[in-house]
Formats: sequence, C-alpha cells, structure tokens
Amino acid sequence: MGSDSNARLMTATYLSAGTSSFSELLTSTAPELLPGSGGLSGSGGLSVPGGLSVPGGLARELPHGTTIVAASFNGGVVMTGDRRATAGNMIAQRDIEKVFRSDEFSCIGIAGVAGIGIDLVRLFQVELEHYEKLEGRVLSLEGKANRLSGMVRANLGGAMQGLVVVPLFAGYDADEGVGRIFSYDVAGGRYEEQRHYSIGSGSVFARGALKKLYSDGMEAPAAILACMQALYDAADDDSATGGPDLTRRIWPLVATVTADGYRRLPEEEAGSYAEAVINERMREPDGPTSPMRPPTSDSE
Amino acid sequence: MPFYVSPEQAMKDKADYARKGIARGRSGVVIQYDAGILFVAPNPSRALHKISEIYDRIAFAAVGRYNEYEILRKAGVRYADVTGYQYDRQDVTARGLANWYAQTLGSIFTDSPKPFEVEIVVAEVAELPAEDQIYRITFDGSVNDEHGYVAMGGQAEAIANVLKEHYSEGMNLTGAIAAAIAGLAAQANGDRMDTSAGQLEVAVLERTRDHRTFRRLTGARLESLLAEAGAAGGAGQPAADEQATGEQATGEPATGEPATGEPATGEAPGTAKPSASGAGSAAGKPAGTDGKTAGTDSKTGDPKSPQSGHADSPEPGQSEPGGESAG
Repeated sequence: MGSDSNARLMTATYLSAGTSSFSELLTSTAPELLPGSGGLSGSGGLSVPGGLSVPGGLARELPHGTTIVAASFNGGVVMTGDRRATAGNMIAQRDIEKVFRSDEFSCIGIAGVAGIGIDLVRLFQVELEHYEKLEGRVLSLEGKANRLSGMVRANLGGAMQGLVVVPLFAGYDADEGVGRIFSYDVAGGRYEEQRHYSIGSGSVFARGALKKLYSDGMEAPAAILACMQALYDAADDDSATGGPDLTRRIWPLVATVTADGYRRLPEEEAGSYAEAVINERMREPDGPTSPMRPPTSDSE
Repeated sequence: MPFYVSPEQAMKDKADYARKGIARGRSGVVIQYDAGILFVAPNPSRALHKISEIYDRIAFAAVGRYNEYEILRKAGVRYADVTGYQYDRQDVTARGLANWYAQTLGSIFTDSPKPFEVEIVVAEVAELPAEDQIYRITFDGSVNDEHGYVAMGGQAEAIANVLKEHYSEGMNLTGAIAAAIAGLAAQANGDRMDTSAGQLEVAVLERTRDHRTFRRLTGARLESLLAEAGAAGGAGQPAADEQATGEQATGEPATGEPATGEPATGEAPGTAKPSASGAGSAAGKPAGTDGKTAGTDSKTGDPKSPQSGHADSPEPGQSEPGGESAG
C-alpha cells in the first residue's frame, strides 16, 4: 500500500463519524502502533502479519517494572512505585518511572515488561484525553477502569509469550468523594480492591507490610508513609525491587489523587518520607511493630 | 444531467453556495493577548461548541454549519492524537494541522457535489507571543497565515476593520475581550448585539500553562471579565458603535437580514437552512468576500508564506455599494 493511498485512508477514517475510542481508531488505521503489536501473532484482533514470536527466555531478559503500592485515604488515593527496572539478574535502570498521571483525576502504575507497559500507559493517557475532547465530557472512573481492562486484554497474546504486563489503576471518584483502586490480570480481568493493593515482584511483601500499617480513614501523609514503609519491605525481601537510593538521592515516586486532582510529590517531599522511613529502620531494621496483647487467661 | 456546465461556472456556483451558507451564521473572532490567545464567538448554546480544544497548545474555532465543522473538529482531534502518539506531543503543530485541514477542505470542495459551508481558525499558543500561530482556512481550502487578530464568517471584513483599530500588540485579556466585543458588535447592524455572558462562547489558550492550555471562560469569571472589559473599553466602545451604525446606513438593504435574522438557531444542527430571505440577503455578501477570494486564490496551500489577510480586504464602505448594486 502506497503512502499516498494510506494517507487517503487515514483522512477518510478521521472524517467518518466513528468511535470516540483512540485505541479503536488505531486498530482500524494503524494497528502497528498499538503496544506489543510487534510480538503478537494472532490474538485479540491485533494480529500483525509477520508478527514475531518471542523465544522463551528472551522475555525474561527484558527490563521489568517491579513493585507498585496503592492505598486509599480520607478523600483520595496514593500510589507509589520503586524506581528500579530489572532485566534478569541485572539492574536495567535505577530511576525508571512506573507511576503516571492518566488524567486529572486518576493515575496508573505498571508492573511487568516495561517496554510494553509504558506504551500501554501512553495509549491509555491518549485514550482518556481523546474521549474527553471528542465527547466533551470526562469518562466516569468505572468507565476508565473498564476501558483499561480492554486494553490489557488486547495484549493477551503477548502475555502468553511471556511479555506480561499488568497495570494498577487508581482514581478519585467525584460522585462518592473517595479514592478507588482497580487491579487487573493479563486476561483483562478487572477487580476493584478495597483500601489498598500492590502489584509486581515485591507485591507479596508489600501487601503483607501494608495491611499491618493501614487503618481506615487515614489522612494522606499517614497513607503515604505506610506505602513508603511497604515499599521498603518489598525492597528488603525482593531482589528485583529497589529501595530508596541514599547516595544518588533517588526516591520512590509518590502520586496522590484527590478532589484537587493529580499531584506528584516533588523530589524533596518524597525524599522526606523516604528518609523518615530509613531513619526509623536504622533503629529498627524490620520496621514498626505493634504491641501484642495475648488473650488474658481465665485463671487470673 | 444532460447540460454541460463549464468548470469555471461549477466552481463559482459552489463557492457562492458556500459563502451564502457561511454568511447566514454569526462571525467569530480570535485575538492574541500578552498571556495567550482569546477566542470569542456569539453562541447561546452551552453544549454545541464553536470553539474547541484540539491538542495541548492548539485550539479550533469555526463558523458555518454545525454538523460540518463538527466533523472537521473531530477529524482534527484524531489527526492530532494519532500524530502525537506516533511521534511526540511537541510534534503536533498548528501548521501541520492547518495544512491537513487545507488539503481536506480543498479536496472536499473539488470532489464532492456540495462544499462544506464552514470557515475555521486553527491557533497555537507558543512560549513567546511572536511565535504564536494563527491560521484561517476557508471552505475551498485556502489558508491565511494571520497575526494578532482574525475574524471569520460572512462579515469578517467589517469585523477585522474594527479589530484593527482596537488591537494593540501585548494587550491584556481584558483589552482583548473589549476589542473582541467591539468587533463582534460591528456585525449587528445597529441592533445592539447581546454580549452578555450567556450569549457568548469564550475560551483561551493560556501561554504559561503546562500540558493542556485550553480553558473555557464561563460563569462568574466571564461575567467579571466582561464587566471589566466594558469599563476599560468605555473609550473604545463609541468608535465601535459608529462603525456599526455607519455600516448599517449603507448596508441595511442588502445585509440587514442575515445577521439579525436567526442569531441563535442558525448554527444548531438541522436548522441551518432559513427560508427565502437568505437568498436576497446573502447577495450582498459576495461583494465583501470576493475581495478575499481574489486574495486567497493566489496563495492556496502554503501557510508559511505570510499573508496580509486584512490588507487586501476592501473597506466596508467600498464593499457595500457593490452589494447594493448586486442586489
């Protein structure tokens, strides 16, 4: 197909009254631009002729995003992510960013193959803005979460070949005045999480730590500190997750979404939370403990 | 279709048809100010917009048939979003978009039996006022590269002449709104145009904002700005009135109908075709627009070449007699 006729086709598609979904527009006009399309061979309607298949083992050697932690607090939600990308047994990058603003009232974090994940985020960001511009209204938080579900499912073929990436989505629900968290599986399954959640290689440790530190109705600073503690514990036990880097002054990325919108904490502010955690761990390496109150025996 | 129609005649008929359609609606204006670019259009509807966001620093304004410019607006958003996703957000430029619109409108004008009855402006706000870009694209795909201010619609010349008097480089937002109101008043043909907040659609591209710079000005913010502009523009206002009434004196027979005829509903989808009055009244318009097309024909396509979009437009005083004799 010549570029001229291709341009004509694009123009015709742009002009015809079609979908308000950007990813559907790309699917019909330029499927090769969709995340992971190069690695797909025949799934989810995104198959590209001559698509590569990824040899086993190669996927593992690609940079992977590691741990993302999110927690809701009184009037919003916080999402934090460590800054390490890991490729096999190597550290691929020390200051990667894995938590993004998806629109004014939501954020998204990714774990898994970074290359596809970052493209997925980019697509999702354009998707939300595209809808808003075409329709003149913002999607509901549920609508955004469902849209992301379809986009994750579109990468199912890639995931089957080892190019696994899953997002964590969080946003402020203006109707209910609360922060909400959604997790996904590779098949596009969408699950709303209560209070807090974590994804990625260190998520098991982070979740264990967070549930001991979290309490309902926390204020934002306390929730941020709890997430920072959970990330520290994830880095403590998971070799792929990076802890706060004191020498290079690289801190976990912290973003909050409230009624005032998305806010990424400036480096100094995120650093102050990280240093508070580190100072505490200097005295107590395993972090905060709570007093144990065994059941009082009847004999007393 | 047994009859032969010469290409010249066919093009002329199409152009006349499009001009008539555009002249039925109200005109809009786009003005640069120190901290951004201002868009103002008379539009009582809160839902059917004439002014819209295209991309981070690019906005779109249109006059004419709602359903047609809505198609163009959506296509522009698609073009911009695909380009920005494929390359980078900073690679989406007003120049590229204006070229795309020009090609698209040009081929619609040539190929389809019915041309689009629209006139659009694409503007991009830059870091510095000198680098702002404003392009006006007409129904046949002609592009004008404008500086400072631009009016679009059937009465663009009359409005541009008023804007020329009121515009000064580096004016603030209040001043720009006062100039826009004065300009729009020039099309009301003596009837005081309703410039209350509820009758105007106002939006800005704000120079210093990050990411998405487009903001609609509505409600209390717009009302206070209009009040300030009314106070500040007190000196300028009489001049605008003179202009408007002076034009009315000569222009009434020909142009009285279209501007005042269907102010509110003219733009709404489905109501675009008024009755017989349109034909007679619009006959006055081509006199004004002929001068413009003579200018635009020569430079079809290349928005880079700076156009003195206003210099070649005839004075309203000169254009009106032409209109009268035509009518």
